Amino acid sequence: MIDRTQFWLVVVLLAIGTYAIRFSFLGMLGNHPLPRWLVRSLRYTAVSVMPALVAPAVLWPAATGGHTDPARLSAAGATILVGMFTRSMMRAIFAGVVVLFTVQSLLG
Amino acid sequence: MSDARTSYLRGIRDALPFTVVIVPFAMMFGLLATEAGLHLYEIMAFSVAVFAGASQFAALQLLQDHAPVLVILATALAVNLRMLMYSVALAPHLGAAPLRTRAAMAYLLVDQTFALSTAEFERRPALTMAEKTGYFFGAITPILPLWMAATVTGAVMGRAIPQDYALDFAMPITFLAMIAPLLQSRAHLVAAAVSVALTLMLGFLPYGTGLLIAAATGMAVGAILEALQEKAKA
Repeated sequence: MIDRTQFWLVVVLLAIGTYAIRFSFLGMLGNHPLPRWLVRSLRYTAVSVMPALVAPAVLWPAATGGHTDPARLSAAGATILVGMFTRSMMRAIFAGVVVLFTVQSLLG
Repeated sequence: MSDARTSYLRGIRDALPFTVVIVPFAMMFGLLATEAGLHLYEIMAFSVAVFAGASQFAALQLLQDHAPVLVILATALAVNLRMLMYSVALAPHLGAAPLRTRAAMAYLLVDQTFALSTAEFERRPALTMAEKTGYFFGAITPILPLWMAATVTGAVMGRAIPQDYALDFAMPITFLAMIAPLLQSRAHLVAAAVSVALTLMLGFLPYGTGLLIAAATGMAVGAILEALQEKAKA
C-alpha cells in the first residue's frame, strides 16, 4: 500500500521540480546555450533511467517469489526487439503482452 | 481568419496522430495507479499537477517499492531532465512572448509539443511570434484533454480487472516499449546496457541509490561514446 503522506509529498515536489525544469530557459534564462557535454548527457537520460528501473522486475519478478519467469523474461525481450525494429511503442507493447500470455498459457 | 488562427489549427491537425499513442499510455497509467491502490482523485491530482507521463510511471513504481521520497524525486526528475533540452530549444522562438504566456507554455511543454513545434519552426522560419505561439497551443489542444480523459478511463477500468492477470508486468512492458524505439545508435544501446548491468550489480545498495549511480553512469557513457564517434567522423 502506498503511504499517503509520501504520495502527496512526491506529487507536490515532483510537480514543482518538473515545472521548474520546463520553465527554466523558456521562462527566465532566455537564449543561453547549454554546455555541449550537458546536452549530450541529457540525450541519454531516458535510455539510462527507464530500463534500469524495471530490470530487477524483469529478472526477479515479485509475483513469482523472485524466481526468474520464462514468460516475463521472453515478454521483455519481445518488447525490446519489436520496439527497436518497428520504432513503435504501441507495437512493442502489443508484442510484449502477446508473448507474455502465450508463454504463460503454454507453460500453464 | 488570422494567421495565428491558421497556425493554431495547423498545430491541432499535426498533433492528431499522436493521440493514438497518448490514449493507451494514459489509460495504462490510470489502470496501474488504481491497481496500486490510489483513488481516482489522487490519480487525477497526480496527472494534473505533474503532467509528465514517464516520470509519473517511475514515481508510481518507486512509491510502491516504498523508496524514500528523495530517491523517488531524484529518479522521476532525472526522467524529466530531457525537458531542460526542450526549454532550451524553444527559448529562441518563444522567449519574446509575454511572461504569462510562457508560464502557460512551460506547463504544456511535453514531448509532443516540443517535437511538433521545433519541426514546424524549422520548416517555416518566417513564422511570426503570434503564429509560433498559436501553433504551440494548437499542438497541445488535442493532447491535454485526451490525456486526462484516458487517465480517468484507465482508472475506472482498473477497478474492473481482476488482480491475477499478470498486471505486475504491465509497467515493465510499458517502460521497455517507451525506450526501445530510442535504441537506434550504439551509444544509446551501450548507455542502456551499462545502466541495467550496474543497477543489477548495485542492488545491495540501500534505498534505490544503486539505480541513481547506474543511470548517471549510463548517461555519461552514452555522452562520451557520442563525443568519440563525432571525433572519429571529423
